[in-house]
Amino acid sequence: MQLPHYLGLLENSEKQLMEAFEYVADKHKDEPDIEQMCQKLSAWSREHHGRTQAFVAKYSEEKEDEPDKLKRELFAKKRKGSLALLRDLHDLWLLTQEVHLCWVVIRQAALGLRDEDLKACYEFCNARTQRQADWLLSRIKQAAPQTLLVAE
Amino acid sequence: MKETRDSIQDIWGQRTGYEGDWPVRVDERIEEEPDHWVQSACVLCSNGCGMDIGVKDGRIVGVRGRAVDSVNHGRLGPKGLHGWVANNSQDRLTRPLIRRNGKLEEASWNEAMDLIVQKSKELVEKHTASSIGFYTSGQLFLEEYYALGIVGKAGLGTPHMDGNTRLCTATAAAALKVSFGSDGQPGSYSDLDTTEAILHVGHNIASQQTVLWMRVLDRLAGPNPPKLVVIDPRATYTAEKATVHLAPRVGTNVPVMNGILNLIIQAGQINQEYIEAHTVGFEELKQIVAKWTPERVEHLSGVPAAKLREAAHILGTCKTLVSTALQGVYQSMQATAAAVQVNNLHLLRGLLGHPGSGIYQMNGQPTAQNTRECGADGDLPGFRNWGNEDHIKELAALWNLHPDQIPHWAPPTHAMQIWRYCEQGSIKLLWISGTNPLVSLPDLDRARKIPAKEDLFVIVQDAFPTETTALADVVLPAAIWGEKTGCFTNVGRTVHISHKAIDPPGEARSDFDIFVDYSRRMDFRDQDGNSLLTSTWQTTEDAFNAWRECTRGRPCDYTGLSYAKLTGGSGIQWPCNEQYPDGKKHLYEDGVFNTNIDYCETYGHDLETGAARNQDDYKLIDPKGKAFLKGIDYEPPHEVPDKQYPLWLTTGRVVFHFHTRTKTGRSKALQEAAPDSYVQLSTEDAACYGIADGDMVEVVSRRGKVLEPARVGDIEPGLIFIPFHYGYWDKADRPRAVNELTLTEWDPVSKQPHYKYAAVHIRKVNA
Repeated sequence: MQLPHYLGLLENSEKQLMEAFEYVADKHKDEPDIEQMCQKLSAWSREHHGRTQAFVAKYSEEKEDEPDKLKRELFAKKRKGSLALLRDLHDLWLLTQEVHLCWVVIRQAALGLRDEDLKACYEFCNARTQRQADWLLSRIKQAAPQTLLVAE
Repeated sequence: MKETRDSIQDIWGQRTGYEGDWPVRVDERIEEEPDHWVQSACVLCSNGCGMDIGVKDGRIVGVRGRAVDSVNHGRLGPKGLHGWVANNSQDRLTRPLIRRNGKLEEASWNEAMDLIVQKSKELVEKHTASSIGFYTSGQLFLEEYYALGIVGKAGLGTPHMDGNTRLCTATAAAALKVSFGSDGQPGSYSDLDTTEAILHVGHNIASQQTVLWMRVLDRLAGPNPPKLVVIDPRATYTAEKATVHLAPRVGTNVPVMNGILNLIIQAGQINQEYIEAHTVGFEELKQIVAKWTPERVEHLSGVPAAKLREAAHILGTCKTLVSTALQGVYQSMQATAAAVQVNNLHLLRGLLGHPGSGIYQMNGQPTAQNTRECGADGDLPGFRNWGNEDHIKELAALWNLHPDQIPHWAPPTHAMQIWRYCEQGSIKLLWISGTNPLVSLPDLDRARKIPAKEDLFVIVQDAFPTETTALADVVLPAAIWGEKTGCFTNVGRTVHISHKAIDPPGEARSDFDIFVDYSRRMDFRDQDGNSLLTSTWQTTEDAFNAWRECTRGRPCDYTGLSYAKLTGGSGIQWPCNEQYPDGKKHLYEDGVFNTNIDYCETYGHDLETGAARNQDDYKLIDPKGKAFLKGIDYEPPHEVPDKQYPLWLTTGRVVFHFHTRTKTGRSKALQEAAPDSYVQLSTEDAACYGIADGDMVEVVSRRGKVLEPARVGDIEPGLIFIPFHYGYWDKADRPRAVNELTLTEWDPVSKQPHYKYAAVHIRKVNA
């Protein structure tokens, strides 16, 4: 059974998302809405990460670790200047899509397994992942024209 | 000198107890006998009292209330009776100023406008119109906002335009949009004449809208007085009259309102039929509030469970109800979510759309409603939806432009973000009109550095020298109320005309003339090459008539109004059109709201994150005219008292002043009645810190510090209060502006800053 592999992937991407929100909150303290919302959304991911633990334990004796390659690539460079915020939000959005896709895959397995608890966990977490992505997209749309056209 | 009453000593005057028809009482104060009277309305709060200006030899010599006006039935408050004196002040700005070699020097209008136009053109050429921002007011007239809206959105095409209304009533608009699909107060002041119960949440109405409070006091003094529920952490004048006064801890409005709704739902006091026919979202809301038992609310908010039950009993059993909310809700944590709970209360009980019941998501300023209606803030003219391509096309057709000229790729930039872009340098020209941000913005130390930046060109258009004009590159002297003709709309949808009574001093010009002149000099043209404003806009009446067309078919329909119709009688409520030629007292009488996908002003937000929804999202939830019941759970404030900063600070107003006192501080009577700032603290805290009345107290937050004389009592322990009016233009010997202490952060939906809480420490500084 390869479900544990995907649970590991999910757990790992949720953890990366949590850390990335925290990182962006800290890095962009001068943008009050960014700092506070990223802290809140990081807390959401922390909670999601906690909720997945039960299923990791249930379906796998040993946790499968996925290297956090994705994050390294996404947040590799130390960005500066006005583009930094837009690019950081951009990368956060990509991470939410990774989490979302993991959930889509796991949900299919949950349906096959008739695992009601896992389905419920999906319903709760994935809806909030979507809301994280929605906020990021709203904020990206707002920042994009100013960043690309006017800011130096 | 003649005055019908001493409004300084007796703020609200004699009682005329009643139920049904509020008796007329004409308040008047004149310094000399006028030659003639000119019709106007008061601009010193959002109430919009009908008022005549007395003129003698080309000067204002007094005012009197208009008996015929539906808003005030002749009454005026202390600010209305005394504030006009400022028009005659020797301090008025009378000539344009240009900064040369670091100093502001007098210049001609031509020089000033040429400089502005040259700078604008350079910036547009080099950086696009998004390098230009506008920060306006809740004090201009609707013709001026509409001109400004067109200049910014059609002429330049910049998305960066907002008002100081963002600091004061953005949440009112946001909450109305969330619940009902568009801005616009559902009820009328006349609902107070018969209502069984009144709820004031975070709204010190006695100090804020003295004349509306007279109406409440008169009801309380008459037969069958209404029961009064007041939610406010301070023992204000308003709270003193309450049947039940709840004093929650700062930042706990949502738990308190959730608790009240929970009790009402539990008791079966809801109108199930109305909920089913006219709302969506009941089950989710029920689930959210179900957790908030009175005991849990008490634990978190400090409001005793028994008192919460008393309040809920009144609000759950009254057959009619008028509710109001203001800054205690709007400038606090979870602002929009808490304000929406007031709407929910009425929706759950079916208490709106009929006489005796109404909701006032209050405004603070006299013309804030027009800032929102006319597109001079983060909204589009006529309550149009920036996410609806058809609405953009309507505007483009009105202005004869290609729709893409009107910025609508994202919500119009909100004020705090405009300031942030200025701070970062991507907005390079900021045009401020009719407001004094260097006293009114939060975290003043940070705010003050922005206009001082070399790469930001700042234009300030005002009637008086202020803390903000001091840092401007160009200062334009503005004509004010009494010196120009225009219309404005009060918080209750009542439109008044204010006729020109006297000439402005020196070379001062109306905001309208300034914006139209800018448009002419910039040579803004429509797609057929005709001048955008100047070809058709000779007078403000032309602008008003153009505005009427812009509102046709929209909720704020002005098509039945004209200068002639507004002159001579009472103010008139919109919608005023063929169907409702005398205006309309109640919106949503049939329980059909403005939420239809083609009509709504917004596709909504995630209440918790503020993420904007688009048309496709809305298609899935289009309630087709039903109202939204929405709620969220409690979230603690971002800054809470700790060991280092152990007290809460909150801010608010005093009855005798308006905003940063640029006018009221120049009225001798008002200034003497409230000459200086102060810090109010509880007797318990005063004893603990060894502070007595009048002692000088140092108040320090993570952002800054102020020194204020102490005033002891009438406030909960752990909380201190400082009024927001006082800055430095008339007294610069100590730091005293409370916004030295406040936080830069805002509500995720309405983007209104959180002035109502900050963690501070205090100490006595004199022996």
